[in-house]
Amino acid sequence: MNYAFYVLTSYGVAAAMTLCLIAWVWLDGRARRRELAELEASGIRRRSFQPKTEPAPPSNGRETKA
Amino acid sequence: MTESLAITKLSDLANPTRFMALVGRLVPWLAAVTALLFAIGLYLSFTTEGDYQQGDTVRIMYVHVPAAWLAMMCYTVMALSAVGTLVWRHPLADVSHKAAAPLGAAFTLLALITGSLWGKPMWGTWWTWGDARLTSVFVLFLMYLGLIALNRAIDDPSRAARVSAVLILVGFVNIPIIKFSVEWWNTLHQKSSVLRLDGPTIDPEFLRPLLVMALAFTLLFFTLHLAAMRNEILRRRVAAQRRMAARMASRQDAA
Repeated sequence: MNYAFYVLTSYGVAAAMTLCLIAWVWLDGRARRRELAELEASGIRRRSFQPKTEPAPPSNGRETKA
Repeated sequence: MTESLAITKLSDLANPTRFMALVGRLVPWLAAVTALLFAIGLYLSFTTEGDYQQGDTVRIMYVHVPAAWLAMMCYTVMALSAVGTLVWRHPLADVSHKAAAPLGAAFTLLALITGSLWGKPMWGTWWTWGDARLTSVFVLFLMYLGLIALNRAIDDPSRAARVSAVLILVGFVNIPIIKFSVEWWNTLHQKSSVLRLDGPTIDPEFLRPLLVMALAFTLLFFTLHLAAMRNEILRRRVAAQRRMAARMASRQDAA
């Protein structure tokens, strides 16, 4: 292969960048899931997942989205 | 949750819980198809013939062109999401353009690096500021970095989304400048040879691996974008639940 340095470096950089992106997205998701599980374990649940019989905490008008 | 999570109409996507269920089903399939396309694309990239003038450096095109195409497509996705933020105040649109910015920055950087690695052996230079294509893509990279910084600087997510949406739409003017820079100005960079009104002028020997790699990169982008959007929704849920926990704690203290 001629110009092997330029060709292989290009593919190497592309592979490294793609793997970094995949690792970042995957690890970020795992960390967020762990945080949610910890909150859940300490009794903090999303309002929509709370049992209907339990009185909902009074709203202060500052609903959060997502 | 007893209600159905099935998405029967487009507006059902507005519900983040339904969106999360859809992403959970889609992402593994998208990832599998992406991996398969990369396997085929990489095989074609290294088994097809080199160019009679450029030799094997033509193989750089199979990563450079898809990366550059994604750099512009990602910005277009962000601009459409910015419209969603400003016109419909859609929380998923906020999440979409925030999650896309780091991906766009990465693909733009990849296009710049691989372009440099192609420019050195073919043009005799790594970089030139006098070339409109090179400079306008560099400006796109800076805009991605600016948007990431802006999103991180404003704590309130919906305010950050509105401010960045305005900036994204103002910056969208750069996309046609990048696309047509090679027609409007004299550049070292070649003119379009794939997306042309009169059809591709590139030999099928090079077009086949290029199209497979472009499709693989595009699916990679959508897989990562959906997964990053899911992460952003989870991040906001964590923040909302922490605020709720703090409120409950302060109420207990007061009682």
